Amino acid sequence: MSKQLVEKEFTVFPFGPQHPVLPEPLQLRFTVDEERIVDVVPNIGYVHRGIERACELNDYRRNIFLCERICGICNFMHAMTYCESIEMITDAEVPERARYLRTVWAELQRLQSHLLWLGLFADGIGFESLFMQIWRDREIVLELNERTAGHRIHLSTCAIGGTRKDMDHELISRYSSSMEELRNRIDAIAPVFYKDKAVQKKTVGKGILPKSRAVALGAAGPTIRGSGIPQDLRTLSYEAYRELDFEPIVHDGEDAYSRALVRFDEVYQSIDLINRALDQMPKGPILQKNTVFPSGVAINRVEQPRGEVVYYVQGNGTIHLERCRVRTPTLANIPALLEMLMGYEVPDIPTIVLSIDPCMSCTERITYVKGGK
Amino acid sequence: MPKMLKNVLKNLLSKPATVNYPYVKPDPVPGTRGRISFDMARCDQCQDCERLCPSGAIKVFPEEKRVEYDPFRCIYCHLCVENCMQRAIIAEEVSRSPEYEKKKENFED
Repeated sequence: MSKQLVEKEFTVFPFGPQHPVLPEPLQLRFTVDEERIVDVVPNIGYVHRGIERACELNDYRRNIFLCERICGICNFMHAMTYCESIEMITDAEVPERARYLRTVWAELQRLQSHLLWLGLFADGIGFESLFMQIWRDREIVLELNERTAGHRIHLSTCAIGGTRKDMDHELISRYSSSMEELRNRIDAIAPVFYKDKAVQKKTVGKGILPKSRAVALGAAGPTIRGSGIPQDLRTLSYEAYRELDFEPIVHDGEDAYSRALVRFDEVYQSIDLINRALDQMPKGPILQKNTVFPSGVAINRVEQPRGEVVYYVQGNGTIHLERCRVRTPTLANIPALLEMLMGYEVPDIPTIVLSIDPCMSCTERITYVKGGK
Repeated sequence: MPKMLKNVLKNLLSKPATVNYPYVKPDPVPGTRGRISFDMARCDQCQDCERLCPSGAIKVFPEEKRVEYDPFRCIYCHLCVENCMQRAIIAEEVSRSPEYEKKKENFED
């Protein structure tokens, strides 16, 4: 299709892999008729790291840290999904307190990821002071991370059969006060997202993804929830979500604005979930040591900030895994992104591309080599 | 507009959110997983740390009573610190400062 279009003398230009809007390398080759986009071809593969192969060569217990490094932003969720998969194969029991701790930390990661994205989105639409304000507020979450685990981003607290760290009374009260402070700070920003005309003018009606197309293209996470479909894997009640009365947040604007609102409302929801989990957290052990080598197959799905992550883990009864396959949400959202971009103008590209929250280092699990060379 | 003014005044009168690094260093948060070193007087060369290390940053040579540690491979997960039976790995709450060369460190008895 693109070749025919080129012959008709449309302009073809590359967007990325290096672009001020993109935090990570993704190339989109646009074919434009004057300013209007008529075709787009994605090209990924700039940060392929071969982590899946490394997972097969490593000791399966070391893979927790390797899987955690698939993504910097949702690292705890990757480690948690991997540990859950191994626990599924080996029929390991996870102590109740560890399930709550995992839920709290997973929501903390969602908070920092959504705040990071809201800042980047504000920067993408040219609202730099909002970007700085949101990132300043994000420091509250990062400081909590540091106090809990010792690092600001990579928690490294998940272990097979539970967690590595516990929270004492002092830390729990600090969590509660920090969540209160964060809620106040977010309340100050809320009118900008809900009422500001400049933000709405840049985002409302941009990157329309109709409900039916979102399902057909297999979109995930806030992208599909922004199109009015209440698809959230936290309703599957993994970890402690069963006890926390979880309801997915849905906006049916089908555009970049409603995707931003989904994320903004999820910040409030995550604060609520953390508070509720801290209130209900039972006492007890945090780790059940597991010495059985994994033998069998597990498929596990977890809701990440960007959508659903799927882990396929196959063990053969040794310390090495037969296969560890990861499908991250951005890969599911790329087909939807291509459809969103059609028919819009070049200045809308940053808003629409950012609206799916692309995370390329997560996505590049596979490289397609043409002709087998 | 009045809401915005409140924010503007607050930002004008409050301290900056950042510190002037590297001239001013922020106070270390308690529990920070910082740099590690080996106390060879305590180490019994059991190689537990070498087996546990997710990134393969530690190599123990039991015959030479030597530990080779690569700080640039280390991911500072502190698995070794938690699991050392002899408490021979000392953890500090200060992160490692940048260096000009990627050198390995040797700890000998």
